[in-house]
Amino acid sequence: MCRRREKREREGAGEALKVQEQMASGKEKSLPLTFFETLHQFYMDTITDLMFRNQYITVPKRERKAKENFKMKKILTLALAAVLAVSVLAGCSSQQKGGNVSTDGSTSMEEVIGVLGEAFQEKYSGLTFTYNPTGSGSGIQAVKEGRCDIGLSSRSLKEEEKADGLKETVLASDGIAVIVNPKNKVSDLDVETIAKIYTGEITNWSEVGGNDAEIVVIGREAGSGTRDGFESITGTEDACKYRQELTSTGDVITTVSQNPDAIGYASLAAVNDGVKALSVGGVSPSEATVKDGSYSIQRPFVLVTKEGAELSDAAQKFFDFVTSDEAAPFISQAGAVPVN
Amino acid sequence: MRKQKAFEDFVHGIFLILGLVTVGCVLLITLYLVIAGIPAIRKIGILDFLCGTKWASTAKEPSYGILPFILTSVYGTAGAILIGVPIGFLTSVYLAKLAPAKIRTVVSGAVSLLAGIPSVVYGLIGMMVLVPGIRGLFRVPDGASLLAAIIVLAIMILPSIINVSITALEAVPKEYEDASLALGATPVETYFKVSVPAAKSGIAAAVVLGVGRAIGEAMAVMMVSGNAPNLPKLFGSVRFLTTAVASEMSYSGGLQRQALFSIALVLFLFIMLINAALNFFLKRSKEE
Repeated sequence: MCRRREKREREGAGEALKVQEQMASGKEKSLPLTFFETLHQFYMDTITDLMFRNQYITVPKRERKAKENFKMKKILTLALAAVLAVSVLAGCSSQQKGGNVSTDGSTSMEEVIGVLGEAFQEKYSGLTFTYNPTGSGSGIQAVKEGRCDIGLSSRSLKEEEKADGLKETVLASDGIAVIVNPKNKVSDLDVETIAKIYTGEITNWSEVGGNDAEIVVIGREAGSGTRDGFESITGTEDACKYRQELTSTGDVITTVSQNPDAIGYASLAAVNDGVKALSVGGVSPSEATVKDGSYSIQRPFVLVTKEGAELSDAAQKFFDFVTSDEAAPFISQAGAVPVN
Repeated sequence: MRKQKAFEDFVHGIFLILGLVTVGCVLLITLYLVIAGIPAIRKIGILDFLCGTKWASTAKEPSYGILPFILTSVYGTAGAILIGVPIGFLTSVYLAKLAPAKIRTVVSGAVSLLAGIPSVVYGLIGMMVLVPGIRGLFRVPDGASLLAAIIVLAIMILPSIINVSITALEAVPKEYEDASLALGATPVETYFKVSVPAAKSGIAAAVVLGVGRAIGEAMAVMMVSGNAPNLPKLFGSVRFLTTAVASEMSYSGGLQRQALFSIALVLFLFIMLINAALNFFLKRSKEE
C-alpha cells in the first residue's frame, strides 16, 4: 500500500515535470532576457554612477567623448596618429586663428577649469575652449613643447621647470579639510600626526587625546584629485591604510557624520555641519587661512605659460578672464579659493 | 493575394531586424569586452592578474591583483544566497499554496514593490541604517563590511527568487496535490513532498537568477561595503568585481583603465557561467 502510494507520487511528479517542461521550454526562449537583465543592471549602475559624478563637469562634449570612449580611441589610433602628425606640423597657431583656447593638465582642476571654460565661452561667443585632463606633469610638458596654450598644474613649478622658461600664475588654492565626527573630542592635529593616522602608525584615538576607540580611516578612491592632493601634502603616497575608499566627497562626509570614530578628508568648500573640520597645527581651515597660506593642507592651482612668449588672442582673453575678479565666484562655485 | 504576401514578408523582415538588434548587442558587448579586456591581462600576466592579492592601481609601482575582488564577489553572492534563498523559497511556498487570498495580495504587492526599488535606494538605506546598525550591534569600529553587502544583496534578490518560484509552484497541476491529499497526506506534507519536487527545476532556476542578480549588482554594494581592496572578511571592508570597475573608472587612465576592462571581462565570464548553469537546469528538467 505504502509503496504504491510512493509510486503514484513519483508518477504524479513525473507528469508534473512534463508540465514543467512546457513551462521551462517557454522560459528558455526568454533566456537571453534574464542574461540581459543582469548585464543591463550592471551597465546602468555604472553609467548612472558616472553621470552623477560628472554632473558638474562642463568639459566640452567633444573632449568628454574622446576621454570616455576608449574603444573609439583604440580603433581610431591610426587616424588619430595621422591627425596628430598634421597638427604637430601645423603647430598650435592654426588652431588659435580659429579662436580656440587649449588647456592641458591636472585632473584635480577638472571642476574649476570646467566651470571657468563654460563661463568664458558664454562671455565670448565664437571662441572655443578645450581641456585635456592628462595630469599636472603632462600639462607642464605640453606647454613646454607648445602643444597647448595654457598648462594646468595642481602643484607649484619646480625650480628647474622655471629655469626652462616656464611661468606660473596661481589661479586659486584648494584647501582640503580633515574631518571627524562632531562627537569626537579631538579638534586639533598636526600634519605629522595626520600622516601617522593615515599610514596606520596610530590606530587609536586615545593616542592623540580622544576616547579609547579604534580610528576608522576614510579616504577617496584611487585616481581622485582630492586623494592625490591629500596624500602628496601629507607625504603618505601609496602608504595609506584605508578602512573605506569612497567615490565621492558627499559619501565621505555622510560616512564620517555617521561614525563617531571616523576620520576623513574632503574639499573645504563641501564641509557641512554634520562633521567637524579639524584645525591643523592650530590653524582652523577657512577661506581666509587658505588664502594667507597659514592652513597647511592646501595646494595651488597654477596656470603655466611660457616666459616671454606671447599668447594668442583667444588664450590671452581666457587668461585675463580667469585671473580677473569676475572669475572669482566661478572658482568658489567649483570648490576652490580664488586668489583675487 | 500577392500584395498580402508582400506585406507579410515586410512585417517578417521588420521582426527579423528587431530580433537581430538583440543578437547584435550581445555580440557587440562580448567583442568589445574581449578586445578591451585582453591587453591588460597580457601586460600584467594572467596569473598575476587573477591570483595577485594586491590591488594598487595608482601607486608608483602599480600592482593589479584581482583575487580579493573575485573572492569577495563569490563570498558575497554565496552569503546572499544562504540568507535569501530560504526566506524567498518559503515565502513562495506560502504565497503559492497556503496563504489566504487577502494576505497573498498584500504580500505579492510588497514583493513587486521590492523589485521596483532602484538599487541606489537600497544602498542609501543600507548606508544610513544598516551600516551604523552593524557597527552598534557587533561592536566593530566600522559597519561598512562584507556582512552589510550580503544583507543588502539578500534583500535585493528576494523578488526574483519569490516570483520565479511562485510561477513554478503554480504550474504544478492541482490533481497531484488532490491525489496526495486524498491518500491522507496533510497539506504541508503534500506541498513539500509533491509540489516542491515537481517544481524543483523552476526553483533551481530562481536560485540561479538570484545569483546572477547578486553578482552583477554594483551601486548598492558600493555604498555599504567600504570599497577597500582587502581579502574578504565578514566584518572587513571589501571591494566586489562590479564596484572595482565602477569606483575607479571615472578618473582612470592607461593600464589602470585597461585593467578595469579586464575586470569587467572576468565579471562577464562569471555571468556567462551562471547563464550556462541556468540553461543546464532548464534543459535537465526537459530531459526528465
